[in-house]
Amino acid sequence: MSMIEATGLTKRFGETVVLDGVDLTVDKGEVVAVIGPSGSGKTTLLRLLNCLETPDGGSIRVGAITVEGDRPLSRQKAAVRALRQHVGFVFQTFNLFPHRTALGNVTEGPVVVKGSSRAEAEQKGRDVLTRVGLAEKADAYPASLSGGQQQRVAIARALAMEPDVLLFDEPTSALDPELVGEVLAVIRGLAAEHRTMVIVTHEMAFARDVADRVIFMEGGRIVEQGPAKPFFDNPQEQRTQRFLARLRAG
Amino acid sequence: MDGVLASLAQAAPFLLKGAAYTVVLSIGGMACGLVLGFLLALMRLSPLKLLRWPARVYVSFIRGTPLLVQLFIIYYGLPQAGIRLDPIPSALIGFSLNMAAYTSEILRGAIASIDRGQWEASYSIGMTPAQTMRRTILPQAARVALPALGNSFVSLVKDTSLAATIQVPELFRQAQLITARTYEVFTMYLAAAALYWVLSTALSWGQHRMEARATRHVRV
Repeated sequence: MSMIEATGLTKRFGETVVLDGVDLTVDKGEVVAVIGPSGSGKTTLLRLLNCLETPDGGSIRVGAITVEGDRPLSRQKAAVRALRQHVGFVFQTFNLFPHRTALGNVTEGPVVVKGSSRAEAEQKGRDVLTRVGLAEKADAYPASLSGGQQQRVAIARALAMEPDVLLFDEPTSALDPELVGEVLAVIRGLAAEHRTMVIVTHEMAFARDVADRVIFMEGGRIVEQGPAKPFFDNPQEQRTQRFLARLRAG
Repeated sequence: MDGVLASLAQAAPFLLKGAAYTVVLSIGGMACGLVLGFLLALMRLSPLKLLRWPARVYVSFIRGTPLLVQLFIIYYGLPQAGIRLDPIPSALIGFSLNMAAYTSEILRGAIASIDRGQWEASYSIGMTPAQTMRRTILPQAARVALPALGNSFVSLVKDTSLAATIQVPELFRQAQLITARTYEVFTMYLAAAALYWVLSTALSWGQHRMEARATRHVRV
Protein backbone atom coordinates (compact mmCIF):
# COMPACT_ATOMS: atom_id res chain seq x y z
CA MET A 1 0.00 0.00 0.00
CA SER A 2 1.23 3.49 -0.80
CA MET A 3 2.28 5.78 2.06
CA ILE A 4 0.45 8.88 0.86
CA GLU A 5 -2.69 8.85 -1.23
CA ALA A 6 -4.39 12.15 -2.01
CA THR A 7 -7.47 12.02 -4.18
CA GLY A 8 -9.22 14.90 -5.92
CA LEU A 9 -7.64 17.51 -3.67
CA THR A 10 -9.28 20.87 -4.25
CA LYS A 11 -8.52 24.22 -2.65
CA ARG A 12 -10.02 27.62 -3.34
CA PHE A 13 -9.01 30.97 -1.92
CA GLY A 14 -12.16 33.00 -2.49
CA GLU A 15 -12.90 32.82 -6.21
CA THR A 16 -9.45 31.53 -7.16
CA VAL A 17 -9.01 27.81 -7.58
CA VAL A 18 -5.50 27.09 -6.30
CA LEU A 19 -5.70 23.33 -6.46
CA ASP A 20 -7.96 21.72 -9.02
CA GLY A 21 -8.62 18.10 -8.13
CA VAL A 22 -5.08 16.84 -7.70
CA ASP A 23 -4.38 13.11 -7.28
CA LEU A 24 -1.08 12.16 -5.72
CA THR A 25 0.27 8.81 -4.63
CA VAL A 26 3.64 8.43 -2.92
CA ASP A 27 5.11 5.01 -2.16
CA LYS A 28 6.91 4.14 1.03
CA GLY A 29 10.54 5.18 0.71
CA GLU A 30 9.92 7.28 -2.36
CA VAL A 31 11.38 10.78 -2.73
CA VAL A 32 9.18 13.08 -4.78
CA ALA A 33 10.18 16.57 -5.91
CA VAL A 34 7.42 19.01 -6.81
CA ILE A 35 8.39 21.84 -9.14
CA GLY A 36 6.50 24.54 -10.99
CA PRO A 37 6.11 28.30 -11.34
CA SER A 38 5.00 30.34 -8.35
CA GLY A 39 1.24 30.24 -7.93
CA SER A 40 1.06 26.76 -9.44
CA GLY A 41 -0.35 25.32 -6.19
CA LYS A 42 2.67 23.25 -5.19
CA THR A 43 3.06 24.78 -1.74
CA THR A 44 -0.70 24.58 -1.18
CA LEU A 45 -0.60 20.88 -2.09
CA LEU A 46 2.17 20.30 0.44
CA ARG A 47 0.40 22.28 3.18
CA LEU A 48 -2.79 20.31 2.56
CA LEU A 49 -0.88 17.08 3.14
CA ASN A 50 -0.23 18.31 6.69
CA CYS A 51 -3.68 19.91 7.09
CA LEU A 52 -2.13 23.35 7.43
CA GLU A 53 -4.77 24.39 4.91
CA THR A 54 -8.36 23.22 4.95
CA PRO A 55 -9.20 21.27 1.79
CA ASP A 56 -12.40 22.20 -0.07
CA GLY A 57 -12.72 18.71 -1.48
CA GLY A 58 -11.01 15.36 -1.92
CA SER A 59 -9.31 13.25 0.69
CA ILE A 60 -5.85 12.66 2.14
CA ARG A 61 -4.62 9.36 3.44
CA VAL A 62 -1.26 8.92 5.16
CA GLY A 63 -0.58 5.38 6.33
CA ALA A 64 -3.82 4.30 7.96
CA ILE A 65 -5.11 7.81 8.72
CA THR A 66 -7.62 9.48 6.45
CA VAL A 67 -8.81 13.09 6.46
CA GLU A 68 -11.84 13.93 4.34
CA GLY A 69 -11.90 17.23 2.48
CA ASP A 70 -15.67 17.58 2.42
CA ARG A 71 -15.93 17.58 6.22
CA PRO A 72 -14.69 20.50 8.33
CA LEU A 73 -11.31 19.77 9.95
CA SER A 74 -12.86 20.75 13.31
CA ARG A 75 -15.06 17.62 13.02
CA GLN A 76 -12.06 15.30 12.54
CA LYS A 77 -9.57 16.79 15.00
CA ALA A 78 -8.28 13.42 16.19
CA ALA A 79 -7.47 12.31 12.63
CA VAL A 80 -5.81 15.64 11.84
CA ARG A 81 -3.59 15.47 14.92
CA ALA A 82 -2.73 11.83 14.32
CA LEU A 83 -1.84 12.61 10.72
CA ARG A 84 0.41 15.48 11.75
CA GLN A 85 2.28 13.24 14.18
CA HIS A 86 3.11 10.94 11.29
CA VAL A 87 4.02 13.75 8.90
CA GLY A 88 6.95 16.09 9.57
CA PHE A 89 6.88 19.51 7.96
CA VAL A 90 9.86 21.75 7.22
CA PHE A 91 8.97 25.37 6.48
CA GLN A 92 10.60 27.78 4.10
CA THR A 93 11.11 30.25 6.97
CA PHE A 94 12.15 27.60 9.56
CA ASN A 95 9.63 28.77 12.19
CA LEU A 96 11.77 27.61 15.07
CA PHE A 97 10.50 28.46 18.55
CA PRO A 98 12.67 31.50 19.37
CA HIS A 99 12.24 31.13 23.13
CA ARG A 100 13.63 27.60 23.19
CA THR A 101 17.16 26.32 22.61
CA ALA A 102 17.92 24.03 19.68
CA LEU A 103 17.47 21.07 22.01
CA GLY A 104 14.28 22.62 23.43
CA ASN A 105 12.88 22.95 19.92
CA VAL A 106 13.67 19.34 19.16
CA THR A 107 12.26 17.89 22.40
CA GLU A 108 9.05 19.97 22.36
CA GLY A 109 7.04 17.55 20.21
CA PRO A 110 8.15 14.31 21.89
CA VAL A 111 7.56 15.73 25.40
CA VAL A 112 4.35 17.68 24.85
CA VAL A 113 2.65 15.63 22.14
CA LYS A 114 3.98 12.11 22.60
CA GLY A 115 4.40 12.30 26.38
CA SER A 116 8.01 11.08 26.38
CA SER A 117 10.03 11.67 29.52
CA ARG A 118 12.33 14.68 29.32
CA ALA A 119 15.45 12.54 29.77
CA GLU A 120 14.45 10.20 26.97
CA ALA A 121 13.47 13.10 24.70
CA GLU A 122 16.74 14.90 25.34
CA GLN A 123 18.78 11.83 24.55
CA LYS A 124 16.92 11.35 21.29
CA GLY A 125 17.04 15.08 20.69
CA ARG A 126 20.82 15.08 20.91
CA ASP A 127 20.88 12.16 18.48
CA VAL A 128 18.84 13.99 15.84
CA LEU A 129 20.88 17.16 16.34
CA THR A 130 23.97 15.07 15.73
CA ARG A 131 22.34 13.73 12.56
CA VAL A 132 22.04 17.26 11.18
CA GLY A 133 25.57 18.10 12.34
CA LEU A 134 24.60 20.44 15.18
CA ALA A 135 25.35 18.45 18.33
CA GLU A 136 27.46 21.28 19.71
CA LYS A 137 24.64 23.81 19.21
CA ALA A 138 22.15 22.01 21.48
CA ASP A 139 22.05 24.86 23.99
CA ALA A 140 22.04 27.71 21.45
CA TYR A 141 18.95 29.84 20.89
CA PRO A 142 17.75 30.21 17.28
CA ALA A 143 18.69 33.91 17.21
CA SER A 144 22.35 32.96 17.55
CA LEU A 145 22.26 30.43 14.68
CA SER A 146 22.77 31.05 10.97
CA GLY A 147 19.87 30.47 8.57
CA GLY A 148 21.35 27.16 7.45
CA GLN A 149 21.78 26.01 11.05
CA GLN A 150 18.23 27.09 11.91
CA GLN A 151 16.84 25.10 9.00
CA ARG A 152 18.86 22.06 10.07
CA VAL A 153 17.43 22.38 13.60
CA ALA A 154 13.98 22.62 12.01
CA ILE A 155 14.66 19.37 10.15
CA ALA A 156 15.83 17.79 13.42
CA ARG A 157 12.62 18.99 15.10
CA ALA A 158 10.59 17.19 12.44
CA LEU A 159 12.78 14.06 12.68
CA ALA A 160 12.42 13.92 16.46
CA MET A 161 8.76 12.98 16.03
CA GLU A 162 9.91 9.92 14.06
CA PRO A 163 7.50 10.68 11.22
CA ASP A 164 6.64 8.29 8.40
CA VAL A 165 6.70 11.13 5.91
CA LEU A 166 8.73 14.34 5.64
CA LEU A 167 7.41 17.35 3.74
CA PHE A 168 9.77 20.15 2.72
CA ASP A 169 8.38 23.49 1.57
CA GLU A 170 11.14 25.24 -0.42
CA PRO A 171 13.58 24.49 2.39
CA THR A 172 16.43 26.56 0.94
CA SER A 173 14.56 29.51 -0.59
CA ALA A 174 15.05 31.78 2.42
CA LEU A 175 18.77 31.01 2.71
CA ASP A 176 21.83 32.92 1.56
CA PRO A 177 23.37 31.05 -1.38
CA GLU A 178 26.42 29.92 0.58
CA LEU A 179 24.19 28.24 3.19
CA VAL A 180 22.05 26.23 0.75
CA GLY A 181 24.56 23.39 0.44
CA GLU A 182 24.59 22.36 4.10
CA VAL A 183 20.78 22.03 4.18
CA LEU A 184 20.62 20.12 0.88
CA ALA A 185 23.33 17.78 2.20
CA VAL A 186 21.14 16.90 5.19
CA ILE A 187 18.13 16.25 2.94
CA ARG A 188 20.30 14.17 0.62
CA GLY A 189 21.35 12.06 3.61
CA LEU A 190 17.69 11.47 4.52
CA ALA A 191 16.88 10.50 0.93
CA ALA A 192 19.71 7.97 1.02
CA GLU A 193 17.94 6.31 3.98
CA HIS A 194 14.87 5.86 1.79
CA ARG A 195 12.58 7.98 3.86
CA THR A 196 9.30 8.95 2.28
CA MET A 197 9.65 12.60 1.34
CA VAL A 198 7.87 15.22 -0.72
CA ILE A 199 10.02 18.24 -1.50
CA VAL A 200 8.79 21.45 -3.09
CA THR A 201 11.91 23.04 -4.51
CA HIS A 202 13.42 25.45 -7.01
CA GLU A 203 16.76 23.62 -6.94
CA MET A 204 16.50 21.67 -10.19
CA ALA A 205 19.94 20.05 -10.02
CA PHE A 206 19.13 18.86 -6.52
CA ALA A 207 15.72 17.53 -7.60
CA ARG A 208 17.30 15.66 -10.51
CA ASP A 209 19.86 14.13 -8.18
CA VAL A 210 17.83 13.21 -5.18
CA ALA A 211 14.27 12.61 -6.30
CA ASP A 212 12.93 9.30 -7.54
CA ARG A 213 10.08 11.11 -9.23
CA VAL A 214 9.45 14.69 -10.29
CA ILE A 215 6.05 16.32 -10.49
CA PHE A 216 5.55 19.47 -12.52
CA MET A 217 2.56 21.60 -11.52
CA GLU A 218 0.94 24.55 -13.20
CA GLY A 219 -2.42 26.26 -12.67
CA GLY A 220 -3.36 24.02 -9.74
CA ARG A 221 -2.89 20.77 -11.67
CA ILE A 222 -0.21 18.18 -12.19
CA VAL A 223 0.95 18.69 -15.78
CA GLU A 224 3.60 16.00 -16.01
CA GLN A 225 5.38 13.58 -13.76
CA GLY A 226 7.95 10.85 -14.11
CA PRO A 227 11.29 9.45 -13.00
CA ALA A 228 13.67 12.33 -12.31
CA LYS A 229 16.39 11.90 -14.88
CA PRO A 230 14.21 11.23 -17.97
CA PHE A 231 11.91 14.00 -16.77
CA PHE A 232 14.64 16.62 -16.89
CA ASP A 233 16.46 15.24 -19.93
CA ASN A 234 13.42 14.72 -22.06
CA PRO A 235 10.24 16.42 -20.83
CA GLN A 236 7.16 15.46 -22.83
CA GLU A 237 4.75 18.33 -22.22
CA GLN A 238 5.22 21.69 -23.90
CA ARG A 239 4.52 23.57 -20.69
CA THR A 240 7.18 21.59 -18.85
CA GLN A 241 9.67 22.26 -21.63
CA ARG A 242 8.92 25.98 -21.52
CA PHE A 243 9.30 26.09 -17.74
CA LEU A 244 12.62 24.25 -17.75
CA ALA A 245 13.92 26.31 -20.68
CA ARG A 246 13.07 29.53 -18.84
CA LEU A 247 14.96 28.32 -15.77
CA ARG A 248 18.01 27.42 -17.84
CA ALA A 249 17.91 30.76 -19.63
CA GLY A 250 17.66 32.54 -16.27
CA MET B 1 11.92 70.51 62.18
CA ASP B 2 11.80 68.37 65.29
CA GLY B 3 8.03 68.79 65.30
CA VAL B 4 7.81 67.52 61.75
CA LEU B 5 9.97 64.49 62.51
CA ALA B 6 7.98 63.76 65.63
CA SER B 7 4.66 63.90 63.81
CA LEU B 8 6.08 61.75 61.00
CA ALA B 9 7.26 59.21 63.54
CA GLN B 10 3.81 59.21 65.06
CA ALA B 11 2.13 58.86 61.69
CA ALA B 12 4.50 56.21 60.33
CA PRO B 13 2.66 53.11 61.63
CA PHE B 14 -0.60 54.34 60.11
CA LEU B 15 0.99 55.29 56.79
CA LEU B 16 2.79 51.94 56.55
CA LYS B 17 -0.41 50.08 57.35
CA GLY B 18 -2.07 52.09 54.61
CA ALA B 19 0.79 51.27 52.26
CA ALA B 20 0.25 47.57 53.00
CA TYR B 21 -3.39 47.92 51.84
CA THR B 22 -2.14 49.73 48.75
CA VAL B 23 0.19 46.84 47.92
CA VAL B 24 -2.54 44.24 48.51
CA LEU B 25 -5.03 46.14 46.34
CA SER B 26 -2.44 46.64 43.60
CA ILE B 27 -1.22 43.06 43.45
CA GLY B 28 -4.69 41.58 43.94
CA GLY B 29 -6.20 43.86 41.28
CA MET B 30 -3.39 43.12 38.84
CA ALA B 31 -3.50 39.33 39.40
CA CYS B 32 -7.28 39.03 39.00
CA GLY B 33 -7.20 41.59 36.20
CA LEU B 34 -4.62 39.53 34.31
CA VAL B 35 -6.67 36.34 34.56
CA LEU B 36 -9.90 38.06 33.50
CA GLY B 37 -8.01 40.05 30.88
CA PHE B 38 -6.60 36.87 29.35
CA LEU B 39 -10.10 35.39 29.09
CA LEU B 40 -11.36 38.62 27.52
CA ALA B 41 -8.44 38.59 25.08
CA LEU B 42 -9.29 35.01 24.07
CA MET B 43 -12.92 36.07 23.57
CA ARG B 44 -11.84 38.98 21.39
CA LEU B 45 -9.62 36.72 19.29
CA SER B 46 -12.35 34.11 18.91
CA PRO B 47 -13.84 33.45 15.47
CA LEU B 48 -17.29 33.49 17.12
CA LYS B 49 -19.13 36.81 17.04
CA LEU B 50 -21.10 35.71 20.08
CA LEU B 51 -17.88 35.75 22.14
CA ARG B 52 -16.19 38.68 20.43
CA TRP B 53 -18.92 41.22 20.86
CA PRO B 54 -19.63 41.03 24.60
CA ALA B 55 -15.90 41.33 25.26
CA ARG B 56 -15.68 44.28 22.95
CA VAL B 57 -18.60 46.10 24.59
CA TYR B 58 -17.19 45.38 28.06
CA VAL B 59 -13.75 46.74 27.22
CA SER B 60 -15.25 49.80 25.56
CA PHE B 61 -17.46 50.53 28.60
CA ILE B 62 -14.68 50.13 31.16
CA ARG B 63 -12.19 52.16 29.19
CA GLY B 64 -14.77 54.81 28.44
CA THR B 65 -15.84 55.49 32.02
CA PRO B 66 -13.88 56.87 34.99
CA LEU B 67 -12.51 54.37 37.48
CA LEU B 68 -13.89 56.57 40.28
CA VAL B 69 -17.41 56.21 38.88
CA GLN B 70 -16.94 52.43 38.56
CA LEU B 71 -15.92 52.21 42.22
CA PHE B 72 -18.96 54.28 43.27
CA ILE B 73 -21.28 52.05 41.26
CA ILE B 74 -19.92 48.96 43.03
CA TYR B 75 -19.76 50.36 46.57
CA TYR B 76 -22.66 52.81 46.67
CA GLY B 77 -24.77 51.58 43.75
CA LEU B 78 -24.93 47.83 44.17
CA PRO B 79 -26.53 47.96 47.66
CA GLN B 80 -29.63 49.39 45.98
CA ALA B 81 -29.73 46.19 43.94
CA GLY B 82 -29.43 44.21 47.18
CA ILE B 83 -25.70 43.50 46.90
CA ARG B 84 -23.83 44.99 49.83
CA LEU B 85 -20.03 44.66 49.78
CA ASP B 86 -17.43 45.84 52.25
CA PRO B 87 -15.03 48.56 51.11
CA ILE B 88 -12.03 46.30 50.47
CA PRO B 89 -13.85 43.64 48.42
CA SER B 90 -15.57 46.46 46.51
CA ALA B 91 -12.25 48.06 45.70
CA LEU B 92 -10.65 44.75 44.74
CA ILE B 93 -13.53 43.91 42.41
CA GLY B 94 -13.46 47.39 40.93
CA PHE B 95 -9.71 47.37 40.28
CA SER B 96 -9.81 43.81 38.89
CA LEU B 97 -12.65 44.58 36.48
CA ASN B 98 -10.91 47.77 35.42
CA MET B 99 -7.49 46.17 34.92
CA ALA B 100 -9.09 43.29 33.02
CA ALA B 101 -10.21 45.66 30.29
CA TYR B 102 -6.80 47.27 29.91
CA THR B 103 -4.74 44.07 30.14
CA SER B 104 -7.06 42.31 27.68
CA GLU B 105 -6.18 44.90 25.04
CA ILE B 106 -2.47 44.53 25.76
CA LEU B 107 -2.62 40.71 25.70
CA ARG B 108 -4.80 40.62 22.58
CA GLY B 109 -2.30 42.79 20.73
CA ALA B 110 0.64 40.73 21.98
CA ILE B 111 -0.94 37.39 21.03
CA ALA B 112 -1.93 38.72 17.59
CA SER B 113 1.63 39.97 17.03
CA ILE B 114 3.12 36.47 17.14
CA ASP B 115 3.86 35.17 13.65
CA ARG B 116 1.39 32.70 12.14
CA GLY B 117 4.34 30.41 11.44
CA GLN B 118 4.63 29.75 15.18
CA TRP B 119 1.09 28.35 15.26
CA GLU B 120 1.79 26.29 12.14
CA ALA B 121 5.09 24.93 13.45
CA SER B 122 3.33 23.84 16.65
CA TYR B 123 0.43 22.28 14.76
CA SER B 124 2.84 20.52 12.41
CA ILE B 125 4.32 18.53 15.30
CA GLY B 126 0.83 17.58 16.46
CA MET B 127 0.22 20.11 19.23
CA THR B 128 -3.36 21.07 20.07
CA PRO B 129 -4.47 24.73 19.97
CA ALA B 130 -4.39 24.84 23.79
CA GLN B 131 -0.86 23.37 23.93
CA THR B 132 0.24 25.81 21.25
CA MET B 133 -1.17 28.76 23.19
CA ARG B 134 0.47 27.67 26.44
CA ARG B 135 3.84 26.45 25.18
CA THR B 136 4.52 28.53 22.07
CA ILE B 137 2.40 31.66 21.87
CA LEU B 138 2.03 32.88 25.46
CA PRO B 139 5.73 32.81 26.38
CA GLN B 140 6.49 34.94 23.34
CA ALA B 141 3.43 37.17 23.78
CA ALA B 142 4.37 37.74 27.43
CA ARG B 143 7.65 39.22 26.31
CA VAL B 144 5.83 41.60 23.98
CA ALA B 145 3.23 42.50 26.61
CA LEU B 146 5.50 42.96 29.65
CA PRO B 147 6.46 46.65 29.19
CA ALA B 148 2.84 47.72 28.66
CA LEU B 149 1.62 45.51 31.51
CA GLY B 150 4.27 47.05 33.76
CA ASN B 151 3.04 50.54 32.91
CA SER B 152 -0.53 49.53 33.70
CA PHE B 153 0.60 48.08 36.99
CA VAL B 154 2.37 51.27 38.03
CA SER B 155 -0.75 53.26 37.08
CA LEU B 156 -2.83 50.91 39.19
CA VAL B 157 -0.61 51.43 42.23
CA LYS B 158 -1.33 55.15 42.04
CA ASP B 159 -5.00 54.69 41.13
CA THR B 160 -5.61 52.61 44.26
CA SER B 161 -5.67 55.99 46.05
CA LEU B 162 -9.20 56.34 44.61
CA ALA B 163 -10.25 53.62 47.04
CA ALA B 164 -9.97 56.29 49.74
CA THR B 165 -13.32 57.60 48.47
CA ILE B 166 -15.05 54.32 49.34
CA GLN B 167 -13.68 54.07 52.87
CA VAL B 168 -10.74 51.73 52.21
CA PRO B 169 -8.01 52.52 54.78
CA GLU B 170 -5.23 52.54 52.21
CA LEU B 171 -2.25 54.90 52.10
CA PHE B 172 -3.98 58.07 50.91
CA ARG B 173 -6.94 57.54 53.23
CA GLN B 174 -4.55 57.20 56.17
CA ALA B 175 -2.87 60.46 55.23
CA GLN B 176 -6.31 62.12 55.08
CA LEU B 177 -7.26 60.77 58.50
CA ILE B 178 -4.01 61.95 60.05
CA THR B 179 -4.26 65.45 58.60
CA ALA B 180 -7.83 65.71 59.88
CA ARG B 181 -6.42 65.16 63.37
CA THR B 182 -3.11 67.01 63.24
CA TYR B 183 -3.50 69.61 60.47
CA GLU B 184 -0.05 68.54 59.20
CA VAL B 185 -1.45 68.71 55.67
CA PHE B 186 1.73 69.41 53.72
CA THR B 187 3.94 66.94 55.59
CA MET B 188 1.49 64.06 55.56
CA TYR B 189 0.57 64.31 51.89
CA LEU B 190 4.25 64.64 50.99
CA ALA B 191 5.00 61.56 53.07
CA ALA B 192 2.19 59.67 51.33
CA ALA B 193 3.50 60.80 47.94
CA ALA B 194 6.98 59.62 48.88
CA LEU B 195 5.62 56.21 49.81
CA TYR B 196 3.73 55.91 46.49
CA TRP B 197 6.95 56.84 44.76
CA VAL B 198 8.92 54.16 46.58
CA LEU B 199 6.25 51.55 45.83
CA SER B 200 5.99 52.31 42.11
CA THR B 201 9.77 52.52 41.73
CA ALA B 202 10.23 49.17 43.43
CA LEU B 203 7.56 47.66 41.18
CA SER B 204 9.13 49.12 38.02
CA TRP B 205 12.43 47.66 39.08
CA GLY B 206 10.79 44.25 39.50
CA GLN B 207 9.22 44.66 36.08
CA HIS B 208 12.61 45.40 34.48
CA ARG B 209 14.04 42.29 36.07
CA MET B 210 11.20 40.24 34.59
CA GLU B 211 11.67 41.84 31.17
CA ALA B 212 15.35 41.04 31.23
CA ARG B 213 14.54 37.44 32.12
CA ALA B 214 11.88 37.13 29.44
CA THR B 215 14.12 38.51 26.69
CA ARG B 216 17.31 36.66 27.58
CA HIS B 217 17.02 34.40 24.54
CA VAL B 218 16.95 37.39 22.19
CA ARG B 219 20.41 38.45 23.19
CA VAL B 220 23.02 36.78 21.06
